[in-house]
Amino acid sequence: MTKQILSTGLLAAAVATTFSFAAPALAWEPTKNVEFIVPAGTGGGADQMARVIQSIIAKNNLMKQSMVVINKGGGAGAEGFLDVKGSKGDPHKIVITLSNLFTTPMATGVPFSWKDLTPVRMMALDQFVLWVNKENPAKTPKEFLEQMKKAGPGKTKMGGTGSKQEDQIITVAIEKQAGVKFTYIPYKGGGEVATQLVGKHVDSTVNNPIEAVAQWRAGNLRPLCVFDDTRMPYKAKVTADMSWADIPTCKESGLTTDYLMLRGIFMPGGVTADQVKYYVDLMEKVRQTPEWKKFMEDGAFNQTALTGKEYADWVASAEKLHYGLMKEAGFLAPGK
Amino acid sequence: MEEGDKAVTSLRAAEVVMAGLFLVFGAVVMWDSQRLGAAWGSDGPQAGYFPFYIGLFIVIASGANLLQAFRMGEKGAHAFVKRGELRMVLAVLFPTVVYVALIANPWFGLGIYVASALYIAWFMWRLGGYGPVKIVPVCLGVVIFFFLMFEIWFKVPLPKGPLEAALGFS
Amino acid sequence: MQEIQSLIGGFAIAMSWFNLALMFAGVTLGVLIGVLPGLGGANGVAILLPLTFTMAQQPGGATSAIILLSCIYWGALFGGAITSILFNIPGEPWSVATTFDGYPLSQQGRAGAALTAAFTSSFIGALVAVLLITFISPIIARFALKFGPPEFFAVYLLTFCAFVGMAKGAAFKTIAAMMAGFALAAVGIDTVTGQLRLTFGFMELLKGFDFLIAVIGLFGIGEILLTIEEGLEFRGAKARLNMKVVLETWKELPRYWRTSVRSSAVGCLMGIVPGGATPASFMAYGLAKRVSKDGEQFGNGKVEGVVAPETAAHAAGTSALLPMLTLGVPGSPTAAVLLGGLLIWGLQPGPLLFTEQKDFVWGLIASMYLGNIVGLIVVLTCVPLFASILRVPFSIIAPVILVICAIGAYTVHSSMFDVWLMLVFGVLGYVFKKLNYPMAPLVLALVLGDRAEDSFRQSVLGSQGDLLVFFSNPLVGTITGAALLLLFWPLLSGGWSALRKRAAT
Repeated sequence: MTKQILSTGLLAAAVATTFSFAAPALAWEPTKNVEFIVPAGTGGGADQMARVIQSIIAKNNLMKQSMVVINKGGGAGAEGFLDVKGSKGDPHKIVITLSNLFTTPMATGVPFSWKDLTPVRMMALDQFVLWVNKENPAKTPKEFLEQMKKAGPGKTKMGGTGSKQEDQIITVAIEKQAGVKFTYIPYKGGGEVATQLVGKHVDSTVNNPIEAVAQWRAGNLRPLCVFDDTRMPYKAKVTADMSWADIPTCKESGLTTDYLMLRGIFMPGGVTADQVKYYVDLMEKVRQTPEWKKFMEDGAFNQTALTGKEYADWVASAEKLHYGLMKEAGFLAPGK
Repeated sequence: MEEGDKAVTSLRAAEVVMAGLFLVFGAVVMWDSQRLGAAWGSDGPQAGYFPFYIGLFIVIASGANLLQAFRMGEKGAHAFVKRGELRMVLAVLFPTVVYVALIANPWFGLGIYVASALYIAWFMWRLGGYGPVKIVPVCLGVVIFFFLMFEIWFKVPLPKGPLEAALGFS
Repeated sequence: MQEIQSLIGGFAIAMSWFNLALMFAGVTLGVLIGVLPGLGGANGVAILLPLTFTMAQQPGGATSAIILLSCIYWGALFGGAITSILFNIPGEPWSVATTFDGYPLSQQGRAGAALTAAFTSSFIGALVAVLLITFISPIIARFALKFGPPEFFAVYLLTFCAFVGMAKGAAFKTIAAMMAGFALAAVGIDTVTGQLRLTFGFMELLKGFDFLIAVIGLFGIGEILLTIEEGLEFRGAKARLNMKVVLETWKELPRYWRTSVRSSAVGCLMGIVPGGATPASFMAYGLAKRVSKDGEQFGNGKVEGVVAPETAAHAAGTSALLPMLTLGVPGSPTAAVLLGGLLIWGLQPGPLLFTEQKDFVWGLIASMYLGNIVGLIVVLTCVPLFASILRVPFSIIAPVILVICAIGAYTVHSSMFDVWLMLVFGVLGYVFKKLNYPMAPLVLALVLGDRAEDSFRQSVLGSQGDLLVFFSNPLVGTITGAALLLLFWPLLSGGWSALRKRAAT
């Protein structure tokens, strides 16, 4: 582990130096189509964001060449990350991440890490919200947990995306904190999970806002709390009487779990500072468009957006955080 | 009996080899599944449970197939494939393997477009007996159509080689 | 009827010369995409999405944009059948079942009839699904919510039970082939535990075996190798090339109305759930084979064997748009891309879409009617053209087909490994066919195996190990019961007739 931290530090330093010396004179530009790898299937949160970015770039002519979104979700995202890892030095490839950047190598032992990639920039952080079906009498996390305790261990079903990934990590964190036991049921996609909750095939979910917002607006789901230390800033009413900002944090109700998921852009390793700068600037232009701002608000994203060393540092600490969480939950692959 | 009508292998031999392959495959599946845990846990089957029994079924079924192959009697001596037939099949299969190897390999990948043009040309020349007057337009037409379709219109990147690079499409 | 009024409003929006022209363009492009196994409807829709943003800015443009996109979708659905029938290569996964009778028909010189039957049935399946969407969509949406893991497992079980027993050849070979399909489906990451299965440390195996690669190899390449063995030509080159074949086939089709009705029902159910168009086509084929009085002849080139899977596939493909619109759950990759498009146009799919975006929704539904009519006209007029491909000399068309197969295999995961895999499957397909190993059960197990296993384990997790979960409510109990009934039908009917015989003597 010490070796890992050391190399992280070195890399962060390297990134920092390259940035401070980046010459703006002969700016690099793509000379052919840029492949935008999504290490997940179609329709999920990462896929939606990638396609929104692609369409914003196309609509506003932000790039001379085209951007092509390619889904490589096999092996819990390993397919996509291994592809980018193997494209060392290719500046016409970028990848959007979700938590499986950390969780997949830890859970399966597939050899890749964010250190094989070049961090470009963080686009946003995705929130997690505890949802129950509208017909569930619990109105607060406390009531929900009491209801769980009354039902007995394992009687409450938590639906989530994938196994040993973010949804299950949060589930285990809640269990540890509150001394309860869920039966975790893994599904393939976030939209499917939200629908299963509406159909009462599971009792609760920790869906991202964008995955569940349509069902919330239609009055089928109820948000209990958000897993962040501050409330979401969006004050526009989503339903008749609630906005995103009206959802309390889980901390407010005594559940101190917080978890945010990285939505960031990486490039393959071995690319030049010029090339990185091109994509940093491109994504900055994307972030300034009204379409992006609307997308952020619809999905109630946390709009933290880091670049350069700060971004690399953030990723390094996120990896450590995941290692701790995965270890605690017993999700690490043998030998990790 | 003409040379081309001679059997390369008997039907029985082919059946035995195929059943044997299935047997090995099933055994490998079982072996990897018990490593993962093939029991019925407290909350349902473990990761290896279904694959283990699938492997077992393969082993049993191919064992039965093996027995049947040995008991084929008269019919087992029939030709699985005759020399002339195999020659034809290999005449297509071998160039196809070369074609796939030419698309991309660590040494001199030509890209799918050039390799396809060569492959179609070879096929038309050797197996169809066409001359260059027909071969050239067909090859170019097909390959350019695919290039436009995939690279230009639908932006589906396919493996490319030095020629595309020289034309600025690398 | 409020729906009819809204629909007429929708037609008023959709019916303009500009939109009709877009429909023709979209369908033609879609057919082309459907024909090439390397391109799916998702590609076409994804590429044209940006174009539609500019369109959407003009007044009424959002409807034009969705018309263009959905017509590509219809076109691709139509196009998938063409290569299945002509060359035994399914352009899309849901046209695998179409090869079973479509290709033999084409070998008998009846490619025109097979194509006409396929296109017409597709149209009818889609039409039934659109009618359903028009008039009872709220009920359907609520029905779809009833489907949890046990119900999904029961549906997959039903698909299997409808299909098994239909394979010809030795029983042990059928078992071996089917189980091999299940084993291949298990390769990769296990959804429930996140463990790697059967990958043996090979990174290429992480993503598992893709259905399309196996199918292109087993059916397409295998068939070409077999054809070559018998000499360098395609049988069926003498296909007749005029429009009369369309009318003649139409005269025959009303005879199969039972199959059409049954397949439409199966398709709509599977589309809404969403179980997908591929299982729908297999299930419809299996049921038709059991129920039809010509069932024994299926697989030797029966028009009815083309009608069943095509009707079901289109009914499913069309009704799959409903869960996308009302639940935000895409029923297919193409639907997923359309979903992304809706979000960017500022439309939020979900239960409220039908009330908040009336104009858009009814414009879309109207375009489903019109798009399918336009599609049918386009593809039917092209039947002679498609059939004439078979007249191209073998030594020209065969390498082109092999190139298309290679491209198709590559594009699934942008991986050369898959192209090699396709060749291996091709050789296997050749040997399997010669040794009478049936391939259909292998393919079905490969496409449904991991889904069935996932939903089984999700169910058992939820019930904490209790298998009675598959009979825990009337819905799942009925489906499971029907599946078991189908499975043991040969035994039961055999026993019944034995009893009757005994009573008679």
